[in-house]
Amino acid sequence: MGGGTSSYREIEETDCILLWGSNARETHPIFFHHLLAGLKRGAKLYAIDPRRTASAQWADLWAGLDVGTDIALSNTMAREIIHAGLVNREFIEHATSGFDTYAAMVEPWTLERGEAETRVPAAVIREMAHAYATAKRAIICWTLGITEHHTAVHNVMALINLSLLTGHVGRWGSGLNPLRGQNNVQGGGDMGALPDRLPGFQHVENEAVRAKFDRFYGVAVPPKKGWHLSAMFDAMERGDLRALYVIGENPLQSEADQHRATRLLESLDLLVVQDIFLTETAQRADIVFPAAAGAFESEGTVTNSERRVQRVRKTLNPPGEAREDLAIICDLAGRMGHPWAADAEAIWNEVRQLSPAHAGMSYARLEQLSGLQWPCYDEQHPGEVFLHGRLWERPVRGPRAPFSLVKHALPLDHLDDQFPLRLTTGRRLAEYNTGVQTGSYASPTRRGETIDVSPEDAARMGLVEGQSVRVTSRRGAVVAPVHIDPSLRPGLTFMTFHFPDDVATNLLTSDATDPLVGTAEFKATAIRIETGDGTPASRH
Amino acid sequence: MSHDDIAFHLPPAPRDIPAAPAGPAPTMVPLTIDGRAVEVPSGATLIDACAALDITVPTLCYLKTLTPVNACRMCVVEVEGARVLAPACSRQVEPGMVVKTRSPRVNLSRKMVLELLGSSVDLSTAPGLAEMMAEYDARPERFHQSLTSAPSVSSAALASESASSASSAALGESASSAALGDSASSASSVALGDSASSASSVALASSASSASLAAGSVSVASVAQPVKVDNDLYVRDYGKCILCYKCVEACGTDAQHTFAIAVAGRGFNAHISTELDVPLPDSACVYCGNCIAVCPTGALMATPEFELRKAGEWRPETQAVTDTICPYCGVGCTLTVHVQDQQIVKVTSPFDNDVTRGNLCVKGRFGFEYVNRT
Repeated sequence: MGGGTSSYREIEETDCILLWGSNARETHPIFFHHLLAGLKRGAKLYAIDPRRTASAQWADLWAGLDVGTDIALSNTMAREIIHAGLVNREFIEHATSGFDTYAAMVEPWTLERGEAETRVPAAVIREMAHAYATAKRAIICWTLGITEHHTAVHNVMALINLSLLTGHVGRWGSGLNPLRGQNNVQGGGDMGALPDRLPGFQHVENEAVRAKFDRFYGVAVPPKKGWHLSAMFDAMERGDLRALYVIGENPLQSEADQHRATRLLESLDLLVVQDIFLTETAQRADIVFPAAAGAFESEGTVTNSERRVQRVRKTLNPPGEAREDLAIICDLAGRMGHPWAADAEAIWNEVRQLSPAHAGMSYARLEQLSGLQWPCYDEQHPGEVFLHGRLWERPVRGPRAPFSLVKHALPLDHLDDQFPLRLTTGRRLAEYNTGVQTGSYASPTRRGETIDVSPEDAARMGLVEGQSVRVTSRRGAVVAPVHIDPSLRPGLTFMTFHFPDDVATNLLTSDATDPLVGTAEFKATAIRIETGDGTPASRH
Repeated sequence: MSHDDIAFHLPPAPRDIPAAPAGPAPTMVPLTIDGRAVEVPSGATLIDACAALDITVPTLCYLKTLTPVNACRMCVVEVEGARVLAPACSRQVEPGMVVKTRSPRVNLSRKMVLELLGSSVDLSTAPGLAEMMAEYDARPERFHQSLTSAPSVSSAALASESASSASSAALGESASSAALGDSASSASSVALGDSASSASSVALASSASSASLAAGSVSVASVAQPVKVDNDLYVRDYGKCILCYKCVEACGTDAQHTFAIAVAGRGFNAHISTELDVPLPDSACVYCGNCIAVCPTGALMATPEFELRKAGEWRPETQAVTDTICPYCGVGCTLTVHVQDQQIVKVTSPFDNDVTRGNLCVKGRFGFEYVNRT
């Protein structure tokens, strides 16, 4: 199963933190409290981010790399660690495979080449590499700055490589931690809301696994994996996917390349949307099921970024005809001839029988212990605070951890004379995604959508704060006010997608995706900025 | 990340269940509290040791998740052999300590703390304060008497050991007159100087008008002042502030590290302030509300509660309180949701929760309006 290897408490007791492609100060504020406790205890923080974010301002060093050069940076750090003799030989020999090939692959990545490709000064790369490798304990955290690229999977592997090189995994205070962006991203994946997984992250094309589920439910589970989100849109394009059932998502506004998403959603024979709001997507639906709000109007569990399964409880009655997701799905199943009981605890107990990693998590224990971290094999098991401890057993049991060969590849939406500026996207502290939940509370810090530009670019283009400009990419254009942001380097611009009704940022973004998992490259769009009278402002 | 590995199985469980490395076993420290023996780890405080014996020590400025600042002096206890009373919240245990938590001296001190606070601060929304007042027979109204008939007593009398060793009936009287003379003289001069110099945020108590001063009647100064309402999420009613520093600590190095507020001013003019006293929207505040969560008097209050109280419709006894998980990012913060009449009226988080330690961000604490009916 995939999940953060460490607990939040470990970042308080680690010695070195690489915060990579994550502005946790704004996007995971309470996790950042744990991180700050670590800094107070003396840990070093290195922030690797194209923007000098609110998080980077807490860092000992900020590595302001060019968007999409994460693998180049990681490979350069790896070569430096190898050449400086700072690898953990003992760990590599006993617990990993593929080191020699990996070392050969990173060999061309000298500090000079790394600097040229990433634009992070060689001395900074060197210091980060040495600090990470020589720390007694070290943790790498990342967020969508690593995964919203066409090289999403390889970016993650590049970070894993660094941990294998130095033995910074599988021990207290050393680990690899993706910070999940939504309250149940982890749980959704764990429960099989992926095209190729059954609950417990068990692969649907594995016959033994499937047989277990077939026996348990008395029906044959479809033997082939399905499509991920981006592949679904491709299938709509081909006409292979004609009916779509969307639960709790607003793809019309959250997907990259909104023109295309709108066209494809409108072309469906049947669009069913189950949501707590009549979103832009729901407004185009043939059938809308009004749903209860997950966190406040339903019973169930969610799983957080430290693999902790926690109880969600009903605090309010849903309004009008809105019903819990579970009740709606079970009613649908009933109409299809499968009378399921819409009882959250009973369904959770099914999960416990089918997923060994969740077997020990009874509702009573989740209640009593404020949640449990998987894997939790039986009702006596306390849950594992960190993963992969087995890699430190001699001899190691189970498979060795493989080094991965990952190649640097720039974003697909390339910069040129027509589109010379890099646009990257992200969240702000007080807002969330397309704003359907956060739009209704009166945040005093809300200032709406802006196109954030560096002071240098603003001066060069003659832009002033608040000036309305036209932002154009290869896919579309929007009009937005300028905000001059000194945290941006020349050539880099930033927008959120929190206010899509005012400024539809995703009209601009690229639908280039990682071929392995379909993650869209939201972090790297090529744009140009023009002032109101149509004259190009972003000349070289 | 073995993406297409259909043979994927969970790797074998480690032989030992992963855990934090065990530190060295703590030295146990024996001591006696209220005649009962107890052993606690070295480094523990007297309040920890009291907790081990189920002895409740009253506190205002203390919170397990914050660094003790010893501001309120409610938690003082008597340590045998010590000249002065010790704050239990921060005093570390020592071998052989003999501690009394409810001696007459302790009781008098706590009573005085409550009376001094009660005479100058609006404690009407401070949870548990009325019970504490009753328990220690605190009568803040004694400080509102006219001064004309009050004997002139040196302030030294207040602190004299003879006062505290007197019988409790006589003690109350002597302490009363002493404190009256003392606080009236100093407080009135502070208040006068203040109101004369500027429209400061520290106001005179309403009864201490110039007319009553002219008549020779002076009341103690209070911190009464208008409520600060400068944003839609929470209000600051510093007429209820006891300067416990908790909000400053929660905003600062104990949790949030935003440093939007600090204590400004000296003596009676000390007050919680943003930088240059600017309104919150012009300050560094990020509206996490972690200051509200730790405020012991209701001086900091989320707007829904403030509005409901103003309308006389705040009914905590009718509220359903349920724990759930925040709907936003993947950290998984526990939200304790307070619901009145099918409306969420307040969100907090448990201080003993390992994920949050009682802290939330602006979305978790305030971002619930989308499920409230308008």
